[in-house]
Amino acid sequence: MKKLLFSFIFLYLLWLLLTGTNTQELLLGAGVSLLISLLFYKKLGIYGEFRVSLKAFIYAIIYVFVFLGALIKSNLDVAFRVIQPVIPINPGIVLVKTTLKSPLARLILANSITLTPGTLTVETAGEDFYIHWIDVKAADESGATEAIVRNFEKYLEVIFG
Amino acid sequence: MAMAGAIISLIGAVFLFLGALGVLRMPDIYNRMQAGTKATTLGSILFLLGLGLGHFHKVCICKTIILVLFIIFTNPISSHALARAAHYIGIRLTKKTVLDKLHEEDREELV
Repeated sequence: MKKLLFSFIFLYLLWLLLTGTNTQELLLGAGVSLLISLLFYKKLGIYGEFRVSLKAFIYAIIYVFVFLGALIKSNLDVAFRVIQPVIPINPGIVLVKTTLKSPLARLILANSITLTPGTLTVETAGEDFYIHWIDVKAADESGATEAIVRNFEKYLEVIFG
Repeated sequence: MAMAGAIISLIGAVFLFLGALGVLRMPDIYNRMQAGTKATTLGSILFLLGLGLGHFHKVCICKTIILVLFIIFTNPISSHALARAAHYIGIRLTKKTVLDKLHEEDREELV
């Protein structure tokens, strides 16, 4: 049921963004979204990983803003580095571990890491993430995990069960 | 509103330019990828939003929002795939590199 609901909401939001608010189109979109959700019910396992609660919803909204803040900060960081005569870099690939279990949460975490200041996900293997860090501040696993992953993980832990 | 859109587009274009500069100036593929991914993501987002605001129309803005969402989801994945492939075919990191945990792990498996 939860899977069906989430699939329907996502499809319908996409439909709304594409078509706008015309009564006929609203009804048709609802029908088509429901039909697709029902047809592909067995393949919707990925939506089952969301947690349904008010707290999770609020954390999801906070997460969007945390992510956008990190994205802007990372751009200013890159801009600051490339305009200097000698580029200040101290790069390396570090290993970090995540405590998240859900594959979708790990995907979002990896993508968020790529778009945050000075880090790029090179390889993921289960709970191990190999991160290219443009300015290595902590070479050991726990220090790097604390610096790179923790800020996102605490929100994703609440959003995904 | 057209003015605000133009200014936002201009800021986006500046970020895209800085990204291009980063791709030119960085020493190795991984650092280039860093500059390329981050700057193009925010640059394209601002550029598209500015475009949507400039031609102020409800449907237009909604469509730019869809484009922005797809860019946010796909851009990091493509750069991750490129960096991973580059590492596996053995492209060296720059001499300034301080450590490479992934390479050490590969060695252990081979021995």
